[in-house]
Amino acid sequence: MDIELRGISKRFGPVQANQDINLDIRAGEVLGLLGENGAGKSTLMNILSGLYSADTGEILIDGTPALFTGPGDSIASGIGMVHQHFMLVPVFSVVENVILGVEPTSGVDYLDLEAARAQVQEINTRYGMQVPTDALIEDLPVGIQQRVEILKVLFRSADVLILDEPTAVLTPQEVEEFFTIVRALRDAGKGIVFITHKLHEILEIADRVSVLRQGQIVGQGDPASFSEADLAEMMVGRPVSFSVGRTESTPGDIVLELARVSLFDAAQDARLVDINLSVHGGEVVGIAGVQGNGQTELVEAITGLSAVTAGEIGFAGQDITRASVRQRHRMGIAHIPEDRHKSGMVGNFTVAENMVLNSYYDESVTSGVQIDWRRVQARAAAACLSYDVRTPSVFLGAGSLSGGNQQKMVVARELERDVRLIVASQPTRGVDVGSIEYIHQQLIACRDRGNAVLIISSELDEILDLSDRIYVMFEGRIAATFDNRGGGADRNAIGLAMAGVRQDATRGSAA
Amino acid sequence: MSGEARSSGPAMSPDMKALLAPAIDSRSSWRELFILPLAAMFLAMLIGALIMMATSVAPATILQSFIAMAHGSVGSLHAISETLTAAIPLVLAGLGIGLAFRAGLFNIGAEGQMVVGGLAAAIASFSVTGLSIWLHLPLVLLVGLAIGAVYAAIAGLLKAATGAHEVISTIMLNLISIRLLDYMLRQPFIQKEGRSDPISKAVLESAELPRILEFLDGNLRLHAGLFIMLAAVAVIYWLLFRSKLGFAFRISGENPGAARYAGIRAGLTIVMAMAIAGALAGLAGTIQVSGVLGRATPGFTAGIGFDAIAVALLGRSHPVGILLAGLLFGALEAGGRQMQVDAGVSIDMIGIMQALIIIFVAAPLLVRRIFPPLFRERPRGGEENG
Repeated sequence: MDIELRGISKRFGPVQANQDINLDIRAGEVLGLLGENGAGKSTLMNILSGLYSADTGEILIDGTPALFTGPGDSIASGIGMVHQHFMLVPVFSVVENVILGVEPTSGVDYLDLEAARAQVQEINTRYGMQVPTDALIEDLPVGIQQRVEILKVLFRSADVLILDEPTAVLTPQEVEEFFTIVRALRDAGKGIVFITHKLHEILEIADRVSVLRQGQIVGQGDPASFSEADLAEMMVGRPVSFSVGRTESTPGDIVLELARVSLFDAAQDARLVDINLSVHGGEVVGIAGVQGNGQTELVEAITGLSAVTAGEIGFAGQDITRASVRQRHRMGIAHIPEDRHKSGMVGNFTVAENMVLNSYYDESVTSGVQIDWRRVQARAAAACLSYDVRTPSVFLGAGSLSGGNQQKMVVARELERDVRLIVASQPTRGVDVGSIEYIHQQLIACRDRGNAVLIISSELDEILDLSDRIYVMFEGRIAATFDNRGGGADRNAIGLAMAGVRQDATRGSAA
Repeated sequence: MSGEARSSGPAMSPDMKALLAPAIDSRSSWRELFILPLAAMFLAMLIGALIMMATSVAPATILQSFIAMAHGSVGSLHAISETLTAAIPLVLAGLGIGLAFRAGLFNIGAEGQMVVGGLAAAIASFSVTGLSIWLHLPLVLLVGLAIGAVYAAIAGLLKAATGAHEVISTIMLNLISIRLLDYMLRQPFIQKEGRSDPISKAVLESAELPRILEFLDGNLRLHAGLFIMLAAVAVIYWLLFRSKLGFAFRISGENPGAARYAGIRAGLTIVMAMAIAGALAGLAGTIQVSGVLGRATPGFTAGIGFDAIAVALLGRSHPVGILLAGLLFGALEAGGRQMQVDAGVSIDMIGIMQALIIIFVAAPLLVRRIFPPLFRERPRGGEENG
């Protein structure tokens, strides 16, 4: 099945989200769709999946104009979307999730689970997906859950699959397995739209690439004819430097030290086991690992959000094992949380209010029991300017900023005050390339001022780019440590450690 | 820190000035706060009229009933006095519910908090003797406020310590309070001498809220609780939008994850917010006893604590919105009584219309569909995130 988008335009109020877009999606081909947040990728794909209707332009399916009035029409036409955020019922089995909404029935609404299982199993083996079809979703790793999402759209007889940032949650090895599946789908004649902001993935998997910027296609063609730098420049509209130009670090005294730290959750499951870790001033330490291997708990232990079960945490020569979140904050620990929507900001609050989210009680912005909002606003405006937070006003609701600007707002809030340690968890998740570059520069600048920086990221490239030393976490333990001072850490070895493969000798100098 | 971030000098760059210029389109908030409730009220009256027609009330009578309603609510000094008198407890209890709501708590227990607060205040108002009004009245108000706070804090503590949902526990506390009231009203030290029915002794004159329009006409019931209500609106506004505590409440209500991140102690916040909500409800109950009824009787709260939930919702949990919503409900209450007298239409119709207003306000999309021209969005400057 071939799909042609012809002259698609879509406007939201003053914003031209898509302008005169022409795009071909061909059977048996992977089309890479590249663009920053807000470039119009989501709008375009929502038009294709029937959620929005275009203002002008048409969608041709095998040459025939198609009219979608809702997602149902699009699915019926054979278009399937795999969202970045999975839509699975955790307590249902794989088969139950796959058939949800299109359950095969016989007789009077009798659920024919056997027929369904056979059908799901058939799809599963045909594309080599190796999904345990009777397992519960909640017991499966993220990489497998993603395949369940793909099973879902294939079960609905999709011929064209739209994959929205599919590799964001995978380890390098999982990405390779995932690509194998994508290739199998392509070779079986499926058309695939692969949405990503990771340039090397486009170069590796896409047969053609289209780059979207400010609602328009700014370049398309054979990926082989582009370099990463070309693609990035098309995407951002200006040359982008990939490496942050990190100079040799000059580590000072130990700022943060964890000694034999363990943490058990409410169910007495070990989340952190015997963690020994140190971060010096003037040094960036990276924590690599697949999501869910204890990184969240590690950050909570360091910032005081969770009490550790055993071990000690030292900060600048003091024992902070029992200190509260607020005490640690005031001592100079900054925390960029892993999910800004869940904890880093309040969307319904103004930018100014968000700027004092965790320091509203500080003497510098209060008089007695009152908050001095004028001072807060002035400070917020200054921080917006110096940290490139693009907002028309500090009175605007933070929720209406773009993802990149929201994150820069959080970064500005945390770096704007006097800190000794920055704990940056997924600092660039869901952020456009331009903002990623900026945030990375700020973190390195912070290091160069002599502060300790701890970066936790599931993006290995980010860890390798920024870190002077790297710890790899696996199942709540430090699985390996690597020296990356000259940028010499072995990417492959780190990937293996992330996957839990034990290695005889840890490379580089252990911390 | 990157140099400019710490700019402390007073010199403001033009960029800075731009950032500090208000960005919020006042039109849209105006629409939310005023036009929507007015449209909702209109629709509610329309459906009210339809219901009356369906029950074969003559069109002339329907018209007459609406005129009576207007007359009874704002048509005379007496009507305004009645409207304000009815609004006072609604606004006070509504402020408490709205504040709890801002902190992420659904306080269904205002009724029960009014009952225990009012009952305690009643006891204090006749068992303490020999005080001047300057001492006795504040004491009574303080007792009602404190007991309401303690009663609501029980639900807060249960939630903070055990995770018990406040909706369940406040409903149960309501039930307890109503039975407790009936039981207490039969106790010899509370029950009026020589009466077999449950009714308390009368409030001493030194504990009565003075009627403030008595100099004009002895029948005007409006009392000094009006000033307490206005002060409460101002205090709660300040608390929510100016104080550190209120900011912590609002963070907790909007995003509990962010509150945790910011080092706000969830348990303490829950207990505090419930206690303040209960204090306001307790005050509302006290004011009914000391300003209107002069005693405690079974069911003296008359469901005001539940109507106040609607007032808080209608007022979008904003103190000024709650004040306006409370005045509207007070007007409906006073007007409804007039409607019953003049047109013979049951006051139940008012209850129906109040509920309809809430439904329409709770379903803004519905109202927007019905009156599209009132809500047409004018394109705004600024960016949109994709």
